[in-house]
Amino acid sequence: MKKKPRKVKHEFLYFAWRNWKLRLGLLVVFFFVLLAIVGPHLTPYEPWAYVGPSARPPCKEFWFGTTMFGQDVFTQFVHGLYPVFLVGVLGGGLATVIGTLIGFTAGYRGGWVDEILNTFTNVVLVIPTLALLLILAAYLGVRSFFIQAVFIGCTAWPWTARAVRAQTLSLKAREFVDLAKISGMRPAKIVLTEIAPNMLSYLVMVFILQFGGAILNAATLDFIGLGPTRGISLGLMMQIALLWGALPLGMWWWFVPPGLAIALLVGALYITNVGLDEVFNPKLREM
Amino acid sequence: MNILEVRDLRVYYQTIKGEVKALDGATFSVAEGEIMGLAGESGCGKSTLGRSLVLLKPPMKYVDGKVFLEGEPLPIWDREKMNAFRFAKVSLIPQYAMNALNPTKKIKRIFADILASRGIRLKQVLSELNWRFELVELPLEVLKMYPIELSGGMKQRVVMVLSTLLNPSLLIADEVTSALDVSTQKAVAKMLVEFRDQRFVKALIVITHDISLLYQIADTILVMYAGKFAEKGGTEEIISDPKHPYTRLLISSLPKIGVRYMETKLRGIPGHPPSLLEPPGGCRFRERCPEAFEKCGEEPPFITLDSTGRQVACWLITGNHD
Amino acid sequence: MIELEHVTKIYRLGTFGRRALRAVDDVSFRVAQGRVVSLIGESGSGKTTIGKMILRLIPLTSGRILFEGNDISALSGRALKDYYRKVQGVFQDPFSSYNPIFKADRIFRILKTEFFPTVGPQQWDKRIREVLSTVGLVPEEVLGKYPHQLSGGQLQRFLIARALLLDIQFLVADEIISMLDASTRIDVLNLLAELRNNRGLSILFITHDLSLAHYLSDEAIILYRGSIMESGDIEKVFQRPLHPYTQILLSSVPRLDQKWEETEIRLKVQEGKRTAGCPYYDRCYLAEKGKICADLKPQLVEAEEQHFVACHRFREIPKEVKHAAGQTRGTSLA
Repeated sequence: MKKKPRKVKHEFLYFAWRNWKLRLGLLVVFFFVLLAIVGPHLTPYEPWAYVGPSARPPCKEFWFGTTMFGQDVFTQFVHGLYPVFLVGVLGGGLATVIGTLIGFTAGYRGGWVDEILNTFTNVVLVIPTLALLLILAAYLGVRSFFIQAVFIGCTAWPWTARAVRAQTLSLKAREFVDLAKISGMRPAKIVLTEIAPNMLSYLVMVFILQFGGAILNAATLDFIGLGPTRGISLGLMMQIALLWGALPLGMWWWFVPPGLAIALLVGALYITNVGLDEVFNPKLREM
Repeated sequence: MNILEVRDLRVYYQTIKGEVKALDGATFSVAEGEIMGLAGESGCGKSTLGRSLVLLKPPMKYVDGKVFLEGEPLPIWDREKMNAFRFAKVSLIPQYAMNALNPTKKIKRIFADILASRGIRLKQVLSELNWRFELVELPLEVLKMYPIELSGGMKQRVVMVLSTLLNPSLLIADEVTSALDVSTQKAVAKMLVEFRDQRFVKALIVITHDISLLYQIADTILVMYAGKFAEKGGTEEIISDPKHPYTRLLISSLPKIGVRYMETKLRGIPGHPPSLLEPPGGCRFRERCPEAFEKCGEEPPFITLDSTGRQVACWLITGNHD
Repeated sequence: MIELEHVTKIYRLGTFGRRALRAVDDVSFRVAQGRVVSLIGESGSGKTTIGKMILRLIPLTSGRILFEGNDISALSGRALKDYYRKVQGVFQDPFSSYNPIFKADRIFRILKTEFFPTVGPQQWDKRIREVLSTVGLVPEEVLGKYPHQLSGGQLQRFLIARALLLDIQFLVADEIISMLDASTRIDVLNLLAELRNNRGLSILFITHDLSLAHYLSDEAIILYRGSIMESGDIEKVFQRPLHPYTQILLSSVPRLDQKWEETEIRLKVQEGKRTAGCPYYDRCYLAEKGKICADLKPQLVEAEEQHFVACHRFREIPKEVKHAAGQTRGTSLA
């Protein structure tokens, strides 16, 4: 009896779904997104309110225990998720856009435009962002999550610019670009309609990396005290916890959940990226 | 004794749509001192055959068949066991090999590393290596260079010396000349013959789509089509008297110097090879063959015609006509 | 039709562009209407660069390219588009010539948008079917498909069909055969020949394969390292090659009717440093040190009617040089 070959309508989706890394990563991210949306409604408390005895470990009333000041850790946690995503998307998105624009232009135009943009990229790359942030902090009285996102976006783009430039250079050398030129297409149109769509898969992966990177970046800044002056985020939670002696006092429920959440979230994003790479690049696929 | 004996070898490719029957029942042998040319167009299975004899890895899948190297069974399905044979007894120069040289290592280092993986120190074979370099007209300075400093022809010669340093009994060369310039092609092709003449290797399988190249250096030619063998025989006989319709049409479609469109309009073979996912029953060339008849619906066996070792798989020749 | 006058292309390499690479060096030739001229050379000969310069994909460093008497580097905007109505190209790798994420017939749609925006859909469809049948493709088999669903031969013919949509007069065919299978090659070659015969199309056939060139062309230009070594009527060049390089090329081609001779070929050890003299100097069996070959670059001279060669010593070719058709050449040209 002959075995019939399976009909595969959408090869892409088939691989996308079959890829366990992609599935796992997206599931974890989705879980946290859900938690960020639904979480605040699950708890009767306000994040900064003093609702209970201080330094209580997790119990039925306070699922993640309480802080030194008697605030509910769980409430802070679920409220702190939203800014994480905000800064991640905004900061990561901004970095992706800037890096892509600069990378595209440098790669496609070449020549002295390329030289100038490369120099600019290198300069931004070596600027010590921490020092820059300290200076900015001295001038800006109040820092918001939005400012943080913009700052991250404006400093994290160099590697993206380099990567996009390399991709553009390789695509530019492909013969279908030459064919578009001798078809009378204008350069801008060629970039938009021929090169960009090909880079879409690459750009998606770049964005995910920037997203994860921005989250880490923001958490680090929060942690060392250069975060926003108002509001709550996972990084800020950890900062406050350690400032108030959670470590020597053994109050693990205060800093472990936010730390773990960040690690899981960023890890999940990176795994998703690896999975996406396998989906987009047929050679990496396991059969 | 034959250096290589292959019986009914089947190697398929695993894809999401099913199994691609790239090599479907190969039976042949290569004698000592023989240079066998393996010819065919893309997708006919010649590269699959070559590679499966040395490194059978996914998505290639061993399905059936036996292989004997100098009388000993060759366990091509077992990658671990093949380690002992690879490079020392049977060696492959893969397509694009010259681009596979590690760009960060000097040539000497590349040699040293490969020899070390066999437990041999470079010093032991250095004099032999020097002599081989001389033979292929590579200056010894090349050892101190990086691959990027060498031309295509030089890299190809380095790879050739590398693959034959341990005197494997069988050397398989997969499209080693296609990326080279015409003048270098001739030199490299002649070098392959030299390797046989100098007894570095006992037998050679040269895989290429260029039949005229095989005419120049091969003793026998084996023509493949869609995963099956079409014809095999001595080079002169195959070229002057091709029996299988595919071979005849293929040879007559090749532009040769001295033939111009004005005088003789050559013809190609209309259509294209069948998909190997679900190959048609019977002779796989049937659809494109101008001389196909009823019997062709049944698969023709690859039969030896006479004492010269000529073999054909075609009912026209071996079976009954209507 | 197309004329190159002293065309040179120099690439600047290294930091601050200190090193110069002469990809094309003072090349001049002409392609008349209805003629197929083969530009024959190995890798690094500059043949692809010339093709791209004619297609305005690479700028010239010096010299001029004229189309019907007009300098093409002066063209821009509207005039450039008009140029592309008459001059088109087909490239080597059929799979790289298509944007893999789009369907193959998108290349027709691009043409329509750029060149024929006002043509009605029915009329356009008719035109497409016409050109497809000219190149020997069945519309139902090739329209609406992605590039990876078609074969190399079909893709190349598709590209030729695209060029025909524009009613061109000149086609640059850059190694269009080399990636095709043996049994498809001849069909594409025959197609080019028919286009020349039936439509008077001029073709610059860029190739490294001498048998293909000989089958199809009227004239040949032998290129080595950016300079023309020999050129002229193809029969004359192939029957009586006057340049050592051409002789080596012809004797190296593997043939089905005769075996290789034992000609000595000096293999290139390293890329020779560019001397002021003949570019072929370090590989040439005729050259001797201290003589004119090392110092003075030979110019293209007319050795006989429709046969040009750039070599100081072409008259000294040994008597016993076998040439293309397998007959021994007679005494040297006096």
